[in-house]
Amino acid sequence: MKNTTGVLFGRLMKHILRSPDTIITVALVPIVMMLMFVYVFGGAVKMSLGDNVNYVNYQLPGILIMAIASGIAYTAMRLFMDMQKGGLFERFSSMPIGRSSVLWSHVLTSLISNMLTVVIIFLVALIMGFRSSAGILAWLAAAGILVLLTLALTWVAVIPGIMAKSMEGATTFSYPLLFLPFLSSAFVPTETMPKVVRVFAENQPVTSIVESIRALLNSEPVGNNIWIALAWCVGIIVVAYILAMKVYRRRI
Amino acid sequence: MENAIEVKGLQKSFKDTEVLKGVDFEVKRGEIFALLGSNGAGKTTTVNILSTLLKSDGGSASVCGFDVLRQPEKVRENISLTGQFAAVDGFLTGRENLILIAKLRGIQNPSQTADNLLERFGLSEAANKRVGNYSGGMVRRLDIAMSLIGTPDVIFLDEPTTGLDPEGRLEVWKTVKELAGSGTTILLTTQYLDEAEQLANRIAILHGGKIIANGTLEELKKLFPSAKVEYIEKQPTLEEIFLAIIGKKEEK
Repeated sequence: MKNTTGVLFGRLMKHILRSPDTIITVALVPIVMMLMFVYVFGGAVKMSLGDNVNYVNYQLPGILIMAIASGIAYTAMRLFMDMQKGGLFERFSSMPIGRSSVLWSHVLTSLISNMLTVVIIFLVALIMGFRSSAGILAWLAAAGILVLLTLALTWVAVIPGIMAKSMEGATTFSYPLLFLPFLSSAFVPTETMPKVVRVFAENQPVTSIVESIRALLNSEPVGNNIWIALAWCVGIIVVAYILAMKVYRRRI
Repeated sequence: MENAIEVKGLQKSFKDTEVLKGVDFEVKRGEIFALLGSNGAGKTTTVNILSTLLKSDGGSASVCGFDVLRQPEKVRENISLTGQFAAVDGFLTGRENLILIAKLRGIQNPSQTADNLLERFGLSEAANKRVGNYSGGMVRRLDIAMSLIGTPDVIFLDEPTTGLDPEGRLEVWKTVKELAGSGTTILLTTQYLDEAEQLANRIAILHGGKIIANGTLEELKKLFPSAKVEYIEKQPTLEEIFLAIIGKKEEK
């Protein structure tokens, strides 16, 4: 099964590299957003953050989350296309290969392609002035959170990818995810938000994830945030995985 | 074991609709067997049960001596399915599509296998073009070529010419006729009478969820009133005119 998943992973990576639309949306758009946040809004935001804050560092976790959220929309789309009439799912299902390897190849592709996007965005941020004093363990912890977040959102994406009746149906679930970073501490401090918005912002998963990664990369104490972030990621993975496997089994 | 496929009393319902109400037929080894029926007669349902994509509600079916419900893995090792909608990967080239299937089937020399099939199906020139740019007939030929990898004993062709232009139809007919010589058992479904007449050794008519007639073309002809001799001027059909104009002669 490992071999099969590997072959199918190679196939899906070709899809990504040959689809300019995917590359533009998952890598270029987040970079443009980052340029905008740093060079357009950055100056104004810094006035409330204080001059000693590096805003490239500050907004980077939020940009990464947006990139992953738009990346998993393509995970759902690729899975949807395979499940369609004329998709390869039926052919694979009638072949002597493990039936779960098709699904795992999509999950693996989602993880690897999103990590590639994350690395590209990190490199651009570095050019824009991102600096980190973090040690190797802090970097590993930050990477671990991003991997868990990608896995969580990937399993969420698998569900509409299998169940959707149309391409729009398969991908629209990602729009609310794209907005969550705006309703969090990803780009601006939550202190100036009205009460209701602020309560939501401070208790939704993006804030704890952003705060943890930010603290790790800036060598600051992470506090409880990292445990809250991990609980969110693992919780979403467990629930989404169970549901995704349920709808997948119904299809095979 | 003389029969490649044995179907006895096969039943299948979708919600309240009874699609198959006890289907019986046998296909001998090396035979081209046509399942003829109108849209919605249950042809695809039958093929999907035989290729282990669907589970039947009653009756039994075996392929190459293996029961489709109890030994689906064994069945999948011996069959190939060319579904109603060509299952090819539009992002990959023709050659890459063939190599993909060869690798998944664990063939020793995937590139060589791909090149041989490209040559045999007249796709060598388009080998390195993306399949998304192929014509309907080319896609179908590639689709069938992909089904031949690993030399399966039984090939299912579900409406192989539906949606093709007359030229593409002739290409596919030629391909299927060539396959017939190689000793492979072929079960093909079609809604076109002339297609069954052209390609099949034996024809079964599926109607109202049952096989209502089954035999060679000669046997089927005997079931009906003998032909009268009449003299009529044979006008060319529009298809004949079309093919004559574009310079292709139908091979009879």
